[in-house]
Amino acid sequence: MDDTIIKVEGLGKKYLIDHEREGGYTALRDVISSRAKRIFGEKRATLSTKEEFWAIKDLDFEIKRGEAVGIIGKNGAGKSTLLKVLSRITEPTLGRIELNGRVASLLEVGTGFHPELTGRENVFLNGAILGMGRSEIRRKFDEIVDFSGVERFLDTPVKRYSSGMYVRLAFAVAAFLEPEILIVDEVLAVGDAEFQKKCLGKMQQVSRGEGRTVLFVSHNMAAVKSLCSTGIVLKNGRMDFYGSNYEAVQHYQNHNQSNTSFHHEGEVNLAPGNASIRILQMDVVPQEGEILSMNSGVEFRLKVFNSLVDRNLDVTFEVANNDDIIIFHQGVILTSGGNSKIGVYEVSCVLPKLFLNAGSYNIKLIFGENQRYLIYEVSSFLSFEIVQESAGSNSSRLPGVTFPELSFKVITP
Amino acid sequence: MTDKIIIESGRAEKNYWRDLWRYRELFYILSWRDIKVKYKQTVLGVLWVILRPLLTMIIFTFVFGRIANMDMHSAVPYSIIVFGGLLPWQFFSNALTECSNSLIGNERLITKVYFPRLIIPASSVITSFIDFLISLLILIILFFFYRYTPPWQILLMPIFWILVFFASFGPGLYLTALNVKYRDFRYIIPFIVQFGLFISPVGYMTSKIPSKWIWVYSLNPMVGVIDCFRWCIVKGAPNPFLNYPFYISMGVIIFFLVLSVYQFRKMEKNFADLI
Repeated sequence: MDDTIIKVEGLGKKYLIDHEREGGYTALRDVISSRAKRIFGEKRATLSTKEEFWAIKDLDFEIKRGEAVGIIGKNGAGKSTLLKVLSRITEPTLGRIELNGRVASLLEVGTGFHPELTGRENVFLNGAILGMGRSEIRRKFDEIVDFSGVERFLDTPVKRYSSGMYVRLAFAVAAFLEPEILIVDEVLAVGDAEFQKKCLGKMQQVSRGEGRTVLFVSHNMAAVKSLCSTGIVLKNGRMDFYGSNYEAVQHYQNHNQSNTSFHHEGEVNLAPGNASIRILQMDVVPQEGEILSMNSGVEFRLKVFNSLVDRNLDVTFEVANNDDIIIFHQGVILTSGGNSKIGVYEVSCVLPKLFLNAGSYNIKLIFGENQRYLIYEVSSFLSFEIVQESAGSNSSRLPGVTFPELSFKVITP
Repeated sequence: MTDKIIIESGRAEKNYWRDLWRYRELFYILSWRDIKVKYKQTVLGVLWVILRPLLTMIIFTFVFGRIANMDMHSAVPYSIIVFGGLLPWQFFSNALTECSNSLIGNERLITKVYFPRLIIPASSVITSFIDFLISLLILIILFFFYRYTPPWQILLMPIFWILVFFASFGPGLYLTALNVKYRDFRYIIPFIVQFGLFISPVGYMTSKIPSKWIWVYSLNPMVGVIDCFRWCIVKGAPNPFLNYPFYISMGVIIFFLVLSVYQFRKMEKNFADLI
């Protein structure tokens, strides 16, 4: 039997970015008026100015049965598009994919969960949506509930669940899928650490113990290293690297650090974010000198466009190192009197010198309301590298997450 | 046995109908969800299914029967005549409205999971169909109330349930696909439903239409459907099978169904990008 389970040849997906339309969808009026203009001889009556954008292009790879593949890359590198094309949610523009098995994709936890329905009802609903039959769900129901740990609330509508409970139940359903190919987007980023560990363990069992093929997108390098056997690094929609998991992570970290600046150009509503908040600009700059070093101090400069009126907004910076250890998670309140206005807000955050040790760091941005409700979050939005400062005669990096300036007192005999 | 799936641009997937079969439980589960959610947090719950057509019927009987004097004082109570038209019409209007909004309402599913998209509009029509079956109870109550014995054709009614199902599904499918791309249809549909009520024989019998215009009138698929329902319920109503307008309506229903499935399949692949 052929061992190849996924074969991808010359895969590409093109999107047209529309610069004119505003609501995100075409209004019939526009089509009619543009046709009318054409009839009446206006030669340049186009619907809008369209720009081609290849989310992924020229991808070729083969995946063997039972392999666990990590797909890594920056935001916008095409990871999600690749998963969407592989899971048949959207059609490729070019190329061909051969899948030799049943595919289940988990691009979001709790797809189809309805807030009004109870936990029990949602297990059946979600299971059916993911492709499980009713009898199959019934057979695994106890195991699912057991794994999720929400037995007591099974007959409560999920709208009354805490977000943690919601995620646990949703992941539990997906964990008991039995496809030959499992496609998982960054769903593990949610939930508490303990549950994340449990999910990783389950996925490990799926790929190693049961010999299924797993495709896994993550920003969590530690998870990729421990779970996957091979890694694909995507960059601007193209394959940047394909090899063993360690090599892939290494490659990614060596080539994709120092992404210290983001400037959105063009229309505000195309900037990263959602209808409430859009990130226009962010820079990581040294406070002193030209390079980010242990002695330079680091400043984050963030510019966002806010569309929420009369709310209490806050933004949190979460900085983690390459081992995914969170160095700090601290925020600032943008508006406190319930008086947010539509417009551009600028935030600056200064990290003192002699705080971060040399190494690579990732910034996650979290926008919230009333310091409680999530408006928008984005992982690994920017990353930066702190360069080693020669401290005395020792020029190699010293261990430690931070490198604080301490005051020592020595009493000599 | 492994299933081989090939994904290519523009490829008419051969396994589409097989997938439809494989996901058949989704028809049931999505309709079940819609019904559950619809009557959560309502005091009267499923009773609304009965109340809505009942109240409409009373208003119709009053407005058309008494004020507009459409009551022909035949042996059959006017309420029963009205209800024979109102039942399929209400199903049609509910199904069309629900169906045309179904894809937009399930945006999350479309952008995150694969399954044949046809299931979404189909299950929304099934939901309306179940409401319709429940509202048939009123008909039975009316029979008892007027001590009315329906003609033997009433036994054929289930055939026409299937007919009205497909008569609603066809246009609904087309509209929901268009609605994904052009949200204007959100505003057009209530208009179609309102206008349609007057060009369908709900408050009156088809016999009121001058025979010169009957062929134009029958282009409305609901004309044939309502005539069938009337024939089942109203004693002395003309047999639709003996008159050509019925076949015009049937032709329109089949035409819409084929066109819609074709159009839907064509547009389906881009739903995730457009929605």
